Amino acid sequence: MRIAEPSVAAVPPVEKQDLLKVLACGAVDDGKSTLLGRLMADAGLVPEDQMEAVAAASGEGGFDYALLLDGLSAEREQGITIDVAYRYFATARRSFIVVDAPGHEQFTRNMATGASACDVAVLLVDGRKGLLPQTRRHAAIATLMGIRDIVLAVNKMDLVGHDEQVFRAIVDAFRSHANSLGLVVHPIPVSAALGENVVHPAAAMPWYAGPPLLSLLETLAPVRPSCGSLRFPVQRVCRPNLDFRGYQGTVAGGRVRRGDTVVALPGGQPSRITRIVTFDGDLEEAGVGEAVTLVLDREIEAGRGTVFACPENPPAAVDHLVARLVWLSDMPLATGRELLMRLGNDLVPCRITALRNRLDIVRLVEDPATMLETNDIGTASIATARPVVVERYDDNRSLGSFLLIDRLTNQTLAAGMVMEAVNAAANVYWQNFDTETADRPTARRQKPAILWLTGPSGAGKSTVANALERRLTAAGCHAYVLDGDNVRHGLNRDLGFSPPERAENVRRLAEVAHILADAGLIAIVAAIAPYARDRANARALARDVPFYEIFVDTPLDVCAARDPKGLYRRARQGLVENFTGVGSPYEPPEAPDLRLDGSSETPEQEADRILALLVTKGHILAA
Amino acid sequence: MLEAEAIHILRETEAVFRRPVLLYSIGKDSSVLLHLARKAFYPGPIPFKVVHVDTTWKFREMIAFRDEQARALGLDLVVHTNEEGLAAGLSPVTHGAGLYTHAMKTVALRQVLDRLGADAAIGGARRDEEKSRAKERIFSVRAPGHRWDPKMQRPEPWGLANTQLVEGETMRVFPLSNWTEHDVWAYIRAEAIPVVPLYFARERPVVRRGDNLIMVDDDRLPLEPGEVPQMMRVRFRTLGCYPLTAAIRSDAETLDAVIAELHGTRRSERAGRLIDGERSESIEAKKMEGYF
Repeated sequence: MRIAEPSVAAVPPVEKQDLLKVLACGAVDDGKSTLLGRLMADAGLVPEDQMEAVAAASGEGGFDYALLLDGLSAEREQGITIDVAYRYFATARRSFIVVDAPGHEQFTRNMATGASACDVAVLLVDGRKGLLPQTRRHAAIATLMGIRDIVLAVNKMDLVGHDEQVFRAIVDAFRSHANSLGLVVHPIPVSAALGENVVHPAAAMPWYAGPPLLSLLETLAPVRPSCGSLRFPVQRVCRPNLDFRGYQGTVAGGRVRRGDTVVALPGGQPSRITRIVTFDGDLEEAGVGEAVTLVLDREIEAGRGTVFACPENPPAAVDHLVARLVWLSDMPLATGRELLMRLGNDLVPCRITALRNRLDIVRLVEDPATMLETNDIGTASIATARPVVVERYDDNRSLGSFLLIDRLTNQTLAAGMVMEAVNAAANVYWQNFDTETADRPTARRQKPAILWLTGPSGAGKSTVANALERRLTAAGCHAYVLDGDNVRHGLNRDLGFSPPERAENVRRLAEVAHILADAGLIAIVAAIAPYARDRANARALARDVPFYEIFVDTPLDVCAARDPKGLYRRARQGLVENFTGVGSPYEPPEAPDLRLDGSSETPEQEADRILALLVTKGHILAA
Repeated sequence: MLEAEAIHILRETEAVFRRPVLLYSIGKDSSVLLHLARKAFYPGPIPFKVVHVDTTWKFREMIAFRDEQARALGLDLVVHTNEEGLAAGLSPVTHGAGLYTHAMKTVALRQVLDRLGADAAIGGARRDEEKSRAKERIFSVRAPGHRWDPKMQRPEPWGLANTQLVEGETMRVFPLSNWTEHDVWAYIRAEAIPVVPLYFARERPVVRRGDNLIMVDDDRLPLEPGEVPQMMRVRFRTLGCYPLTAAIRSDAETLDAVIAELHGTRRSERAGRLIDGERSESIEAKKMEGYF
């Protein structure tokens, strides 16, 4: 038994040397473990006692380099790699982490997991077999996970007579596949068994002028982390005493500088960074990957799950997103089932509302699908129980990637990549969501209703509606304001102010309010609706949804004195036709469900009274 | 960014678990872990108990170092020994490494975690130490009874961990997963972290047994006929129970010399651990029973 002499000295890596994370993948039996074993052994990186142990364990066929790698006994029994393994080594040029991913199709999930952390991929192909479906599958998964450079290592060249034509044919076939994926291909002919073009050049293949594998890996560029705008997901709050409150976490995008103004999401409360604290002293600034503690100039509502971001370009806080899923579990995807989403530092209940397609990763086409099983990749719509701060995976991996976890078994079901964040607070809601679980605020249970705020222009309807919506949202309820003026910019842009047009305006508002309530929301309509018969019609259109007419009773002279939009003045000048209260009548409700005194009550007091009504009528628990 | 990654993992552990503990083995990796924990929670204190499973066969210098560190850093130190094993007189000398390690380390660890109600235990294991550890997760779930099932390990794409536990399950957390032996020593040097003096070469009394140099730390080590301890310049690359951990001949008396020696070495780190070698997958087998 021959023990390979170290041909390259194991060189001490310099501090802070750059690091390349390499995914090793390819179909089973293409010789991946042998290649990696050979790479480390020829580079002189395997300790002698391990070489001796492997030499003792190798059978008749000579030194088995693969035995340097397969770590679990189940793997050695089956002679295959099952789980992702991490190898660490360094040369004089740089440090490497090699993520060794299994080749079997049934372990695609492990391959995807390995790829998520890597800069480049070494994809092995058996020179005798050429491209296999699994080769294409691995190339596609690596691409999906964000890898752009692929080293195509055509192995076992010694078994095909070191034939350049064989190599060229495989490379050409792969390039056409890779081009459609947008990959950069670096082809190398190798023999792992003989150590050709692994660490040393191969005399048997003079037609190959490129570098051996190790030299190539020393020159490829790592994927740069997102360096755009500041993203700081809070991990925990550090409050050792009353005088110190720091937000601890790792910078996930951009840079944070002392004195910067940031917004805390969701919510958007602004504050200023007064200190960037570390054990080794305060910093002036910190960049991506640095674990620091931020101190703010004021007390704000923030905790684990909050993301501090730059105010100019904040990420979205949404409760609906479209994502690519790699299905990891033996439990198939079931839409509608309640799951947990781990995204950034947040953990939030969610549901898959629809499966859009399943990706055929060999043919690279998206097929319609009704379910995903282990190792499948597909696109799905997901709704979360409350807003989460997300970004597209392509823009920021930290805020664009997540896990889906089964609530009953705690199994990790899927790895997800955000393709699209949808701000759907206004149109997605499920009643009864999660009501049986303890972590859901009971305040979120609500019975939908339509609140119709009527009163002349300037009475304060929109102001009260906004205060009310804010208070309901803060209490964990879902509410939406339909503002009569705003709706006239879109839905009702074709309508004027004549009585029949006003009737149609009210009818449309009533129908939309009904749809919102039907979707589970508390719909707040702020519209003059001057005619009693139109308001009666609106109440009828509410059908089985409770309808409350709320009269914002502000005397006309007060409204005209406020005149927030200058309309009274213009109406009196004859510039606005059919203006309620000037050229057109306002018919006050005779028996409103609630009357607000717009001349003496503040908007907050008015919102209080509406909330009290909602509590009394059993629509919300408390506010 | 190994330091930042480890700090992130430590903070994560404190944030998501009810009662995490830090397992302190007194070795160099544990020293690094403690230092990182101080950094992670600064300006607050280390927010969890520091647990040492004492087999009663640790080198005396290790115990002295442990107590000094606990005092200097103000650690909330819990020392646990498997009293039944102790009462039964279990010793690595007379009962064989396998049974002894199972009772005094694996069982003792399970006992103290159960006693403290710990749902997470932070350890200093690294993936580069040994082949089966190369596949270990950073957050590694243990079934009730602390059993490790290599087939039930949760994937950690993007370093995102599923830290959800059901009743009875616990988590092992390895913030140093991606560190190599070299990284550990380079960090100890850069941060001036104190380590047990046994890591540095000195004249020490040893006996030669097969390929191994065993230090005679006290009179509990029965000498074989004709065996006479001799003074040799030795140091330890890894520290465990003294009769089970072999020394290496070395002149490396300083950190720089240790690091220089490391670069020239052709032996793997755990080669000095006598219990590892019994079967090639023996760490894997021990882990399945609850060993760290």
